[in-house]
Amino acid sequence: MSIHPGTAAKTSALDSRPGAPDPKARRRSPTRVNPALYLFPLPAVAITAFFLVMPTLQAFQYAVTDWNGFSAAFNYVGMDNFIRAFTKDSLFTNALTNNLKFVLLVVVAQTVFSLLLALLLTKNSRGSILLRALFFFPTILSSVSVAFIWKFIYDPNFGLANSVLGAVGLESLQGSYLGNNVQALYWVAMTQVWFHAGQMMVVFIAGLQAIPRELYEAAEMDGAGKWQQFKSITWPFVAPATSIVVAYTTVQSFKAFDLILGIAGNPPKASLDILSTRIYSTFANSEFGYAAAQSIIFMAMIALVTWLQRRLLRLTPKGE
Amino acid sequence: MFSSITRRGILAIYAVIIIVPLTVVGFGSFKSTQELFEGPFSLPQSLSPANYAEVIGGQDLGSSFMNSVIVTAISVPLTLFLASLAGYAVSRLRGFMSWGIFGFLVLGMAIPAQANMVPLYVLFGRLGLLDSLTGLVVANVVSSLPIAVFILGGFMRTLPKELFEASSIDGTGPWRTYVSIALPLSAPSVAAAAIFLFVIHWNELLYPLLFIQSPSHRTLPLALLSFQGEFQTNYPLLFAGVILASLPVVVAYVFLQRYFVAGITAGASKG
Repeated sequence: MSIHPGTAAKTSALDSRPGAPDPKARRRSPTRVNPALYLFPLPAVAITAFFLVMPTLQAFQYAVTDWNGFSAAFNYVGMDNFIRAFTKDSLFTNALTNNLKFVLLVVVAQTVFSLLLALLLTKNSRGSILLRALFFFPTILSSVSVAFIWKFIYDPNFGLANSVLGAVGLESLQGSYLGNNVQALYWVAMTQVWFHAGQMMVVFIAGLQAIPRELYEAAEMDGAGKWQQFKSITWPFVAPATSIVVAYTTVQSFKAFDLILGIAGNPPKASLDILSTRIYSTFANSEFGYAAAQSIIFMAMIALVTWLQRRLLRLTPKGE
Repeated sequence: MFSSITRRGILAIYAVIIIVPLTVVGFGSFKSTQELFEGPFSLPQSLSPANYAEVIGGQDLGSSFMNSVIVTAISVPLTLFLASLAGYAVSRLRGFMSWGIFGFLVLGMAIPAQANMVPLYVLFGRLGLLDSLTGLVVANVVSSLPIAVFILGGFMRTLPKELFEASSIDGTGPWRTYVSIALPLSAPSVAAAAIFLFVIHWNELLYPLLFIQSPSHRTLPLALLSFQGEFQTNYPLLFAGVILASLPVVVAYVFLQRYFVAGITAGASKG
């Protein structure tokens, strides 16, 4: 049993486009493509078009109506649904604020923490391999399971957190966790980090192991301290891994739907409502048109935040 | 950068933060509520399967388990089959057809499932796919095809073209080449993709929540979620449910860990 981040790196190094024209191949007499080959992607293309692309386009169509999902009659309301979401619907703006806060918290905490774990476990010693397997473990559980585990930890009356604090004489730190509307989102963010930090750790380890050792040896000879080495070797070299981790964590925490529903119930209370749970509630309330408009805002938010991050990460120096 | 003591300290603390809750859940699933609250860390007094019997028989988690098995057992191979067919074609075609098809199929990774759930629900309603396991299979396949094509197509593209060319000179058709050359050579990435799909299909919550109405059609995550309202603080029952829902994935993790890490991390580079 061992964890091989190398394998992961190999299977995930797929960024260049397949089938980009290879000049050498073209000069050679091109092998005739068997026309039957065009049938191979057909099923995948057909169901993607029908069940993914078409519904996504339809979302835009629904978004400008007040359709309730059942009656044949509906009205075109133009941009009203979008205006309503941002100006008249405090439930939606609340969910939006919560979601952005949650994403920011988780992205920062998870990136820093998983990098820390990766730095501590870069070497392939027996102990490191075992600990990597352990830290990775929560990722494979279902969100609902993780939610139940942490619901118990946070339970104000019987929960683990308060019992541990009580046992070591720190009663003053005991709290009501999810019951506290100001803190609830932070506690769920912590759960999310526990859930997925191990997964991101593996991405970082793959990046760290690719850094040539000689660089550190040379830096040491030049008398560079450990922090100096981190700043000028590790951080710039691990930048591609960092951007993968940040991008993935962003999407993952935008979609923390299952975890929120499991930990906070359906529908969640206002202090734990995020965009995806809000969309679901609107949908469950038979406001199909409005829910579709909210979905579009949701997609736009993910795109916007991802774009901003790419800009920001590009601004950070990549080292000389 | 860290002294050996700091390093060990951090690792030990985090190991405890992972192990303790999991142990408490494992032990707790055999306890009564009172026993759990009085001593969450202690070994259970007896290995009484009462909680398990209650969730499997009384709460019908057994049939949800079967539904999850059926849906996962069909949607994983089906996704792999469709994605590998497409990936194979993409690796053999050239120019626009190749990256055009690949791009189209992979585009879906940018669309979060929550974003098109309203139109998908309407479409499923028209097709009579609501409240059926077939509908769940379709939803799983559709939503995970992009990432599967991304993993498999990306890998197949790295296979040496000469292999395919040699076989086409021999007059072997594309189907035979796919079955006897492309698939076997892609075994590592197929395994990684299979694990990734297994985990996400087994744990899928959104689609069952959207589409399933009858309790007898619930999958495990949905059945578990419904516990949350019913049992509030009956944690031992929730824990027995958690153990049952996690068991297949955990067993697979113990034996196929390598592929888990490869698969789930390959999934992570999307986005």
